[in-house]
Amino acid sequence: MGLEDLQHNFLTGRVEDLVRWARRHSVWPATFGLACCAIEMMSVGAADYDISRLGMEVFRASPRQADLMIVAGRVSQKMAPVLRQVYDQMMEPKWVISMGVCASTGGMFNNYAIVQGVDQIVPVDVYAPGCPPSPETLLHAILTLHEKIRTGAITRRPAARAAAEQTSGWVPELPDAVRVATPR
Amino acid sequence: MSDDLFVSAAAGKPTAGKPAATGPAGKPGAPGPAPGAPDPAAGIRTAARVAETSEGAQELLVRPATPPGELRRELGAVLRLPEGGVLDPGDIDVERRDDETMIINMGPQHPSTHGVLRLMLELDGETVLRTKPVIGYLHTGMEKTGEELTYVQGTTNVTRMDYLSPLNNELVFCLATEALLDIELPPRAVWIRMLMSELQRVSSHLMWMATNGMDLGSTSMMIYGFREREMVLSFFEKATGLRMNNNYIRPGGVAADLPDGWEDDVEVICETVLARTYEYDELLTGQPIFRERTEGIGNLTAEEALALSATGPILRSTGVPWDLRRTMPYLAYDQVDFDVIVGTYGDNFDRYSVRLNEIRESIRIIRQVAERMPPGDYRVQDRKVTPPPRARIDESMEALIHHFKVFTEGFRVPEGEVYVAIESPRGELGCELVSDGTSKPYRMHIRGPSFVNLQTVPLLLRGGLIADAVAVVSSVDPVMGEVDR
Repeated sequence: MGLEDLQHNFLTGRVEDLVRWARRHSVWPATFGLACCAIEMMSVGAADYDISRLGMEVFRASPRQADLMIVAGRVSQKMAPVLRQVYDQMMEPKWVISMGVCASTGGMFNNYAIVQGVDQIVPVDVYAPGCPPSPETLLHAILTLHEKIRTGAITRRPAARAAAEQTSGWVPELPDAVRVATPR
Repeated sequence: MSDDLFVSAAAGKPTAGKPAATGPAGKPGAPGPAPGAPDPAAGIRTAARVAETSEGAQELLVRPATPPGELRRELGAVLRLPEGGVLDPGDIDVERRDDETMIINMGPQHPSTHGVLRLMLELDGETVLRTKPVIGYLHTGMEKTGEELTYVQGTTNVTRMDYLSPLNNELVFCLATEALLDIELPPRAVWIRMLMSELQRVSSHLMWMATNGMDLGSTSMMIYGFREREMVLSFFEKATGLRMNNNYIRPGGVAADLPDGWEDDVEVICETVLARTYEYDELLTGQPIFRERTEGIGNLTAEEALALSATGPILRSTGVPWDLRRTMPYLAYDQVDFDVIVGTYGDNFDRYSVRLNEIRESIRIIRQVAERMPPGDYRVQDRKVTPPPRARIDESMEALIHHFKVFTEGFRVPEGEVYVAIESPRGELGCELVSDGTSKPYRMHIRGPSFVNLQTVPLLLRGGLIADAVAVVSSVDPVMGEVDR
């Protein structure tokens, strides 16, 4: 039977495009505020910047319902395993925005207490610069992530794989455990 | 520490650990896989996670494992009265059996802990028996970093402590530095500092109103609070270049003069925010549901608050008129009219109304400051302390040298030790500086009001419902950046 025999309207498309479209327009962030950047993250959620324009106003308290972890603030050595656990509790597909210089590189706190970049613990998709990044910067990071979702693969991302391999060698007896690069 | 306690203690998963009734105490943090588990590897992984995230004795332990003094403190007894006495409520049941209670964990990843505070609570049904706040999840080593930075750079560091009132942090650090330097500020610098400090108090209290409203389920309050706060922040952006972490108040004055037309901006903020505080009255103060949720919850007496060194709105809500702006005036607070707001019962509602009325008092101060802002320099004209104007650098070799010296070596501060305290939106914010005569502090210590106020939490929560715990923690208004530093 040819398509010309159908009596109703139809659209053609690829499953990938549909999946990407759906994912891109409902990226739910986890409420994972750490420090100063968390306040700016809340500002983005409030009236003036209104993240709900992007379908993202649903900050989920449970990581199991969240797609995006915005690491907002400095990550201390004590918080690092907790952060990794929250990341592991999130369902695939999941993305990470490293918000601010502290989360990205340790920033001005080059000392014993702060993890020098959250990418040592979790794979990061987008880095937002600034201390703290203004809401506009965070929105730009979010739009960059949307573009990445729109053009990326819909299956498991290679970055997540690489991080697991990178960390697996450090703790040979426990393949899934992760150790912070600077031990306490 | 027992095995089956605190499994998966971290990461916002409120795990109910049954107190160990049968299991013998094993090695801490190394329990084997649960018997009958379908996947033994999963048990090993969980064990590794528990071992990694366990904080050992910092966590709430079962009663037999807790020392008696510690137990009483977790139960909410005030142990450090000045006379050496103990304020011990008579109804504390120290001998309570463990198999009737449950220990649950809240935080550090929890939307209502205001950052990364972690609370461990012992519950009997829905009633909170014991509480232990576990802190340190945002420890940044700022006091140590402060020893590596010059006094000029130091404000960059301290401004990131209490990130809801960064200008107050800068202010206390600069006041301490100037006390060591023994320099007199030009009046305009003093009054600009007062203006910014009070605007910061307004923005901080608005932020508190927003988050407190959200914790009680009033999402509209969250939207409104942030809406007004944005007005203050956009003025900060205009005046200082940044919304937060401004690094605007510096040793010797402020970084720049106020922008043109600042009086209009400030008047618009005052008018709008003041009018909207009366909208909050309709939305929250007179609302029966809000009153029910806050009145009589988290009671604190003046005696207890003083014994626990609580300051700020928590102390004032119990009726003690202790406001450093009045009792130990700094800047020019002795030249402006304002009321110290006190409460009566020391409950959640009093803490709310103290903060709401402090917004109005701050606006009153801001209006007086705007009216009486003196002309003149906005920083001292001592080239050893403050840099020369940018235009002078192109003309004068000496100005270039001074500029270079101030921003590389900084200035040398005479040997000495000083403690300066100001009234931040959360209470007494103190800065202790020890100088050894070089351009970097030998030791910098910050007395964070949030840190000290946090020790009232076990007392406030005891006997209350778990559903009110979030509201009580919110009313204490801890900022974890300041608690952990």
